Amino acid sequence: MTHKLDARGLLCPLPVIRVQDAMRPLAVGSVLEVEATDPGVLHDIPAWCRVHGHGVESEERGDAFRFRIVKGP
Amino acid sequence: MATRNKDIRAAALISGGLDSMLAAKVLLDQGVQVEGVNFFTGFCVEGHTQAIRKKARAKEKRNNALWVADQLGIKLHIVDVIEEYKDVVLNPKHGYGAHLNPCLDCKIFMVRKALVADVIDDGFDFVVTGEVVGQRPKSQRLDTMPLIASESGAEDRLLRPLTALNLPPTLPEREGWVDRQRLFGFRGRDRKPQMALAESFGFADYAQPAGGCCFLTDEKYSGKLADLWQARGERSYEFDDIMLLKVGRHVRPAPHYKLIIGREEGENNFLAGYRKQFTHLRAASHEGPLALIDGELRTEDATLAARIVARYSQGRDADEVEVEIREPDGASQSLRVAPLPPTALQAAWHVGA
Repeated sequence: MTHKLDARGLLCPLPVIRVQDAMRPLAVGSVLEVEATDPGVLHDIPAWCRVHGHGVESEERGDAFRFRIVKGP
Repeated sequence: MATRNKDIRAAALISGGLDSMLAAKVLLDQGVQVEGVNFFTGFCVEGHTQAIRKKARAKEKRNNALWVADQLGIKLHIVDVIEEYKDVVLNPKHGYGAHLNPCLDCKIFMVRKALVADVIDDGFDFVVTGEVVGQRPKSQRLDTMPLIASESGAEDRLLRPLTALNLPPTLPEREGWVDRQRLFGFRGRDRKPQMALAESFGFADYAQPAGGCCFLTDEKYSGKLADLWQARGERSYEFDDIMLLKVGRHVRPAPHYKLIIGREEGENNFLAGYRKQFTHLRAASHEGPLALIDGELRTEDATLAARIVARYSQGRDADEVEVEIREPDGASQSLRVAPLPPTALQAAWHVGA
């Protein structure tokens, strides 16, 4: 099941907080796709995923950054 | 000892600075499970200013609290407390520090929130902070330490590993979850013990924020917040208000309105996001900053406001600059004005300067 989160226009750390809130109810293995615009997310979202043991891939598309997060155990 | 510790969970307040990083590390080295908690109040220096200003944007930016958690290998819960925190700022039981910083009430609030720990399901056994007796004149004193413990409700479940030897043993020490012999007795404003401990852990590249991590400790920022309350006739704020106080030049030519004028491209872009909420001005004949009007721009104010905006445009030395005034609904008018001479821009109009 893939979930989506639009965090465009939010400044850090708000995108990370929104990701955290969106991930909490998800089951292990679920996917969250995130779009954000603050360049700070390039550090912060992967760092947050790392410390919580979730998988993450990122790509830059135009003015936005996209992440695909897979909930870890 | 390590086996006894492994089911004990501590919540460490992580600001992103060195002291809280050291405090968490001291416990990790004793085998305690530590998770970090960081609170986003809206006044955090962390992140926003860097994100807004173009000049700063080129630098490497990172959330220092997340960086600390990543270095320590601990989870970090970032908690949005923007709404709840208003009561701390507006009604601090213990008053303010040098500016509008309610440091003591803030610490009580954060310890209480961490202990309640609605961020995780099964709660924490105790709370850890990086406080040091005598480090801060208002909030980190020998007599405020027990006050924070009692008013937060943590009581003896609040451990300050860096200064523990100056304080009575806490529950984690008495229960043997933590070895008091391996805690510290740092005291006062000297930073050398922390730096030596950092070196012994191999920490480098940690953040050393000059004025702390909160805009409320900043004189200019507090000046702008006090001005906002005075202009509105009440002490209150919304999230957008406190964000806008971090951005631009604030000029108040009259009690009923002020201009928020972008100082560079990043700020102009940030202010542009508010065009649907605020009347805004921008030079049309020349390059120039975007200015939002906070308050009410009456008909008789338009010319002066336009002249101020013209003064900050590339046309500041021109005889005449065309300035467009646009309402949030899109209605607009153009004025041709002479830029205000620098001498006519009264020093008292600069808010928080």
